[in-house]
Amino acid sequence: MNPRIEVVALDCLMLRLFDEIAEANMPWMLAASERLRAAFGAQLIDLVPSYTTLMVHFDLTLSSPAQARQRIADALVDLAPSARSAGHCHVLPVWYDLSVGPELSLLAERSGLPVAEVVRRHCAREYQVFALGFAPGFAFMGLVEEILATPRLNTPRKKVAAGSVGIAERQTAAYPVVSPGGWNLIGRTPAKLFDRHRDGYSLMQPGDTVRFEAVDHAEFVRLGGDDTPLEALA
Amino acid sequence: MSRLTITASTALCLLQDAGRFGVRHLGVTQGGAADWCSMSWANWLLGNALNATVVEITLGGFAVVAEEDCLLALAGADLGAQLEGLPLAPWRSFKLHKGQKLQFTQPLLGARAYLAAPGGFDARQVLGSSATVVREELGGPDGMGLPLARGGALSYSGESRLLREVPLPLRPDLQSKAPLDLVLGAQIGQFSGQSLFDAFNTAWSLDSRADRMGIRLLGNALHYQGQPMISEGIPLGAVQVPPDGQPIVLLNDRQTIGGYPRLGALTPLAMARLAQQLPGDRIRFAPVMQDRAWQAHNNYLKSYL
Repeated sequence: MNPRIEVVALDCLMLRLFDEIAEANMPWMLAASERLRAAFGAQLIDLVPSYTTLMVHFDLTLSSPAQARQRIADALVDLAPSARSAGHCHVLPVWYDLSVGPELSLLAERSGLPVAEVVRRHCAREYQVFALGFAPGFAFMGLVEEILATPRLNTPRKKVAAGSVGIAERQTAAYPVVSPGGWNLIGRTPAKLFDRHRDGYSLMQPGDTVRFEAVDHAEFVRLGGDDTPLEALA
Repeated sequence: MSRLTITASTALCLLQDAGRFGVRHLGVTQGGAADWCSMSWANWLLGNALNATVVEITLGGFAVVAEEDCLLALAGADLGAQLEGLPLAPWRSFKLHKGQKLQFTQPLLGARAYLAAPGGFDARQVLGSSATVVREELGGPDGMGLPLARGGALSYSGESRLLREVPLPLRPDLQSKAPLDLVLGAQIGQFSGQSLFDAFNTAWSLDSRADRMGIRLLGNALHYQGQPMISEGIPLGAVQVPPDGQPIVLLNDRQTIGGYPRLGALTPLAMARLAQQLPGDRIRFAPVMQDRAWQAHNNYLKSYL
């Protein structure tokens, strides 16, 4: 780790901790987040974590850019990785089916694995939430096995159903609400990923871990899932 | 509680405040008034908190009828406002008596007008803000991210007797051709020399592809020569350069993280000015040091005291 503090805007500084996406980054990222929140207190407007960076948006009326930079540097002294248990571990039920996850067949074809084996392998790993973005509660998770890695669709869909579970390269994610999207869809979860009435709003937070669990159609519906086929949405 | 009935509106007439903060790590965008300076003046006129909920009217097409006597304030663009058919200039508070109509016809100067009411318009706070973000279904009259609609109502609960104007020297100059201050970012050294020259020495014109997420600029293509980037947080005003070399300035409703290289970011004061530009308008950028821009910003805030 070679932390750098970069200027990104009048009231924002970027703390760059790593140069590559890796699961091993997360304990450091979490530790730095905690330190920065504590150090800035009410001077912090927003802290935006991504794979390798933390963007600090500070209150210009309470701190000069120079003071904010110094505060970041001071907060990082003797930084130690946070214990991994800091994040929650979520189990997301997923109904893997061609009607809601049409790219299951593409993944099977590309990998040379039967569909059931694609599903088994997607469920076999515990993924880390690297960052949230794109939409409220949309969690970028990874990394999926190399053999399942698949580039985004050439032409994004205009409408992807809420709960759709997809893969892009070695990342996986679930769409919180209906939106356009270019990820390869393999199933659908009934979990409510973003809820304005829930404490913390988003089911998943940066630093959490996630496991997918295959459920059958009956269980998916019992859990409140909407089984409308993808093409019926178009 | 006073009420206004909305008799005309468009998808660009939105309840806004200063924005939604403290939730961007969840992928929730900032939102808020695009010209925060004019929003603040509209609220200042009535003695409100500067970030109280206002109506942001972009380009016009908005009209209200008072259901009882109201005191309101108008700041920002001159969108040809008429009170009972007579021209009403911005930068003042005014009375709208029961039955009277206020309407916005067409942009005469600037793009966004801000209508304020005593104590701010009533709006449900969603994730700490009333800011309307249509894409995220957050904020607005019912909290579900909807624009203001014909037939809807606006209410407020505060009181004000302040009938006044923003003093002339303090009014933002919407005709100013001064370059927009840009704080240089970390990737600035990875653009070609010609691109750096062009970025700050040629004019950029606003494309019609412009909304509250971002404004595309047209001009000489800029060439980034660095490595591809991993997505990272995007500040308000970031000037990002996608592979086609045509910059995009990111506004209040931008995505929270992204991976295009950036020249840097316009200052909040520059963003307020940009928010009043129309497609086809030409702008220029000037590099500014972070500390100098900070002083200018805090000096400006003193004008509201």
